[in-house]
Amino acid sequence: MTLPLYGTASHSAGFCSDKARSVVRLRAVESSAERHAADFALARTSVEVLRAIEANWPSIFVVSDGSIDLPSTFDGRLVAVPLKYNYLGDGDVLGFDHSSKKFRTLFRRNSAHNSFLITERCNNYCLMCSQPPKDVDDRWILSEIKESLPLIDPATRALTFTGGETLSDCEDFIAVLTECRDRLPTTAIQVLTNGRAFANSEIVDAWKAIGHPNLMAAIPVYASVDHVHDHVVQAKGAFDETVLGILKLKDRGQRVEIRVVLHALTAPIIEETGRWIARNLPFVDHVALMGLENTGFAIANDAMLWMDPMDYSDGLAKAVDYLSAAGVNVSVYNLPKCVLPKSVWPHAVQSISDWKNGFVDECNRCDEKNNCSGFFTTGRPRFSRGVRAISSPHHEFDSRGLASTASGE
Amino acid sequence: MARFLAPEAFSAATEDLSLLPFNLERTGTSQYLVSNMVGDFIRLTEGELNRLVDLQIQPGDGLYEKAYAAHLVTGTNQKAQRQLLAARLRSRMGFLQQVTPLHIFVVTLRCEHSCPYCQVSRQSTDRSRFDMSEETAMRALDIAFASPATRIKIEFQGGEPLLNFPMIKAIVAAAKARSGKKVDFVIASNLALLDDVVLEFCKANNILLSTSLDGPADLHNKNRPRPGGNSHELAVAGIRRAREVLGSDRVGALMTTTEASLDRVDDIIDEYLQQGLDGIFLRPLSPFGFAIKTKQFAKYDAQKWLGFYERGLRRVLDINRQGTPFREFYAALLLTRMLSDRPIGYVDLRSPAGAGLGALVYNYDGSVFASDEGRMLAETGDNAFRLGHVDQDSYNSLILSDKLIGAISSSLTQCAPECSTCVYESHCGADPVYHHATQGDALGIKPLSAFCARQKGIMGLLLDILENSPEDAAILRRWAAS
Ligand code: SF4
Ligand code: SF4
Repeated sequence: MTLPLYGTASHSAGFCSDKARSVVRLRAVESSAERHAADFALARTSVEVLRAIEANWPSIFVVSDGSIDLPSTFDGRLVAVPLKYNYLGDGDVLGFDHSSKKFRTLFRRNSAHNSFLITERCNNYCLMCSQPPKDVDDRWILSEIKESLPLIDPATRALTFTGGETLSDCEDFIAVLTECRDRLPTTAIQVLTNGRAFANSEIVDAWKAIGHPNLMAAIPVYASVDHVHDHVVQAKGAFDETVLGILKLKDRGQRVEIRVVLHALTAPIIEETGRWIARNLPFVDHVALMGLENTGFAIANDAMLWMDPMDYSDGLAKAVDYLSAAGVNVSVYNLPKCVLPKSVWPHAVQSISDWKNGFVDECNRCDEKNNCSGFFTTGRPRFSRGVRAISSPHHEFDSRGLASTASGE
Repeated sequence: MARFLAPEAFSAATEDLSLLPFNLERTGTSQYLVSNMVGDFIRLTEGELNRLVDLQIQPGDGLYEKAYAAHLVTGTNQKAQRQLLAARLRSRMGFLQQVTPLHIFVVTLRCEHSCPYCQVSRQSTDRSRFDMSEETAMRALDIAFASPATRIKIEFQGGEPLLNFPMIKAIVAAAKARSGKKVDFVIASNLALLDDVVLEFCKANNILLSTSLDGPADLHNKNRPRPGGNSHELAVAGIRRAREVLGSDRVGALMTTTEASLDRVDDIIDEYLQQGLDGIFLRPLSPFGFAIKTKQFAKYDAQKWLGFYERGLRRVLDINRQGTPFREFYAALLLTRMLSDRPIGYVDLRSPAGAGLGALVYNYDGSVFASDEGRMLAETGDNAFRLGHVDQDSYNSLILSDKLIGAISSSLTQCAPECSTCVYESHCGADPVYHHATQGDALGIKPLSAFCARQKGIMGLLLDILENSPEDAAILRRWAAS
């Protein structure tokens, strides 16, 4: 299923008009944590609303489809949203636009998959981009993130910054990361970037100066050859800048992940790309070989990009082999177990964010479901012809008996 | 969505092409082996090679992609291709940052064996003439601790070093008392004199043992005569005891190849397996010292040795295919160089050469040599690699001596005739001592060099297996991985 991460409030009141937006953090009514000006008591029933008022909460956030009666004496801030946002909980953070009443969930404390969109602008224009770039002035997003950071639980394990190109407004973004160093020093911070900005040594130096103990730049490389990569990202000269950027980051001891999205332009050459990375960039910290999320531009370019994973799984296995033999930490993302050769299984990760992860009927009969990435529910999902429930060996043992198992594979 | 551009729109970035440096060798009619600046190999036909050299290639024609991925070409204005090569070259040459990590102390020249190929040892009971004095040892230690390497290895050699065990103890104690460096110790011994006292000492000080095992008893004993004719028995018993007391990874064995070994490689390997060792180093017979004098060296040529080596390597691969992990260590070293950029400073596989920069040898009498082989040459009256004496010299005066700088700078493979254009140059090494010993010249004429013939032969063999025998190739790749 797909969680609705944005929507429109059914009701709001009490927001001042000198600001267009507010960042809101939800708190359990009975929470004893120190109250911040952005904190709202989270109430789901009229009883909870009354309890919040009794507890002197100046701001209340209601999740309910019914009508909520407020005592006329309450003159604080109020937001009400429909019940389908019931997933919201204590410690979650939202951005709220006063006039349109639109909101976006920015941070879910109970999720392992929190990501902040930094901007929709990008100097690449990837054929399969899941977040098609827009050339708009969206610098307000960065201010909203700056406002959110103090509200995020410092115990958060991992946080991702994504785009667009996160380094579009390099200075401001690096300031945000510097704040992460101070406020979230134990959180693993991952930044998705096309890496081209790092061809500029000054930017790499500034990045290094952030000094966050657990910061990783995740950078896509789609081929071992310049024009193939440049075509995929629709930008001349991108390969040269990206590879140069990776080298400069590693030269300064920064952590780098290489990401390869697999589709009809990159998957047929994945063996060669894997071998090339193993030989030339074995010092990167992680390589992720990723199944395609069929959304955004990937839908428009479906005819050019769709390739059944069954048709590239051999090359994928060889790429994984080359990389792990070179001591590179390699993972396979977004691809279900049943389409992967067994040798790849130990590298296959449940990578799809919880809010857009789903399974098909076949999966209910499958012994591997609990270890399987499943599918994206976003966009227009495409399914491999290889999706087939898997029976684990001990299962075969039960149903077929010892002799047949012993003679089996 | 019409904003997407076709593949052709991106070839423009690379219209302006430049060649990057590469070496090549003809391997058959119109077949070439090509290696880039850091020794990645690809194969090209003559037609492809000609098109590449004329830059008659373009994105989409297959050859462009092959040449680009192998760093044979770059867009003239691009930087990443060159920076990748630079970064990799820097990593490969990283061994240069650890200057003189190995210090060999010849604590005595005396030995109770009388091996015909042995280059240096003496049968003598005259301690005062052939043992290292404490004064000399402490001066040598001063020099070792003045070397820049932060971690050094002190290796005790002889003769049979255990004949001067008191001096080993004194040196270990003195080295441990000094600060500033991490020190590892190795004793190279025939183990005939190994007893519980020595074993306890090794255990207490975490000392590695390295011994000689030439093969099965008849071969070993023929190579290594000693009173009682029981060299093999003692070595094997010593290995077993050492494994028990020190742990199986704390004792290693090296073999010496003689003419008698050449038909017996399977037996030799089986002997190593039987002793529970995890691999073997199939070494060529060295041309130094008494080995030259007794004409042992002339008795077989490089081709004969290569036959021995190939049979041995295939036997080792067999053993692995049957499920027992077992390595041939020379192949493992070469493969690490061929398949990775990890810095390998092994003395024979580096340029600048390992003489002096990789190791110094302190002889029993205080003279200092650039390599163990250099000391053996001196025994035959050739002082070309005698750098000085502990009484008169410091670390700096030894390393900056004209002799050493001359030998190293004149033997660089990067600029030597034949080597500089050799397809294997990235993985090979300068061996000035060998070429001086065999040709009277630190550089040497490589087409006449048995060292060169062996290097080309082994690397050609390894490439052939990597390309044509998938199962064996997987085994070889594992050796390079760790
Ligand atoms: S059947 Fe479903 S759960 Fe099983 S491996 Fe395939 S996708 Fe995963
Ligand atoms: S010694 Fe021989 S194999 Fe080695 S680099 Fe020189 S020519 Fe090549």
